[in-house]
Amino acid sequence: MLMRSIWRTLDRGPARDIGLVCLADGVVGLSYGAISVGGGLPLWVPVLLSVVVFAGASQFLFVGIVAAGGSPIAAVIAGLLVNTRHVAFGLAVSDVIGEGWRRLPGSHLMTDENVAFALGQDDLRHKRSAYWACGIGIFISWNIGVLIGGAAGSVITDTDAFGLDAAFPAVLLALVLPALRDRATRTAALIGIVVALAATPFLPAGLPVLLALVGMLFYRTDKPALEVSR
Amino acid sequence: MTNTPLMLAGILILAVGTFALRFAGPLMRSRIEVPERAQQFLGAAAIVLLAALVATSALMDGHGPAGIARPAGVLVGGVLAWRKAPFVLVVVAAAATAAGLRLLGVP
Repeated sequence: MLMRSIWRTLDRGPARDIGLVCLADGVVGLSYGAISVGGGLPLWVPVLLSVVVFAGASQFLFVGIVAAGGSPIAAVIAGLLVNTRHVAFGLAVSDVIGEGWRRLPGSHLMTDENVAFALGQDDLRHKRSAYWACGIGIFISWNIGVLIGGAAGSVITDTDAFGLDAAFPAVLLALVLPALRDRATRTAALIGIVVALAATPFLPAGLPVLLALVGMLFYRTDKPALEVSR
Repeated sequence: MTNTPLMLAGILILAVGTFALRFAGPLMRSRIEVPERAQQFLGAAAIVLLAALVATSALMDGHGPAGIARPAGVLVGGVLAWRKAPFVLVVVAAAATAAGLRLLGVP
């Protein structure tokens, strides 16, 4: 079992917390749509990407490369590289997603946010509701945001002015903190973080985060009895 | 500037590829019985990836450092989350700290 300590705020109001994340994602979608169209791309490009790819970081990367005159092939490779972490997420949350046909929409709705929300829950029932509610909510708010942002042009192109670039890491941090109270996970995460940060200046986007998995080499779940006997 | 067929092909390949990456986990798991220890390991691996994502997106911008305002905002949010502050407060405080510092001219 994945023993996760209870994230109290989510217990108090999971719908409210998920709603807040959706709202923030909608605003980022707004800026993504505006940036794409402002960069000279036709509206259908950011809109189609948001529906069929639905992965923020890779979309920003794709649009950034293409709008700068880069090749769409390079943009595809960069986007896929950033999205490779979903393989590990899928392995971790496949029980949460469920079986049969649900795996298709459930896989498409996979994001950093709803995976983190789900892993932060104690039992399968809560994990499942958090995963689906957050996934569907973000899908709706993200796509509406992109459509409005792209259509309206330069509404909000600089989300940094609102500090949203700090809000997103903070959201994920709040969601993973309970899991980091487990010593084995924390050790692996800290080593992974050091590796990822050290690699960021030298490797293309996406790879450094993937390299953090090196930390799992140091993941040791000793039984308490063994720890006492040492 | 935009070559429509090439762009469309690029978007569709990215879409199919991304879906394949997302679907790989559930597909593999439905074929193989995964022991409890392995399940625990996979959960921890996902947390390690998310933690690395937090660190790199908080501290780095592209290939260089992200300045001061963003890491400061994330730090404030992180401390509040550690103290079990409400989620709304964590998010708003992180954004407000970063935005406030930038208003004061801090990069």
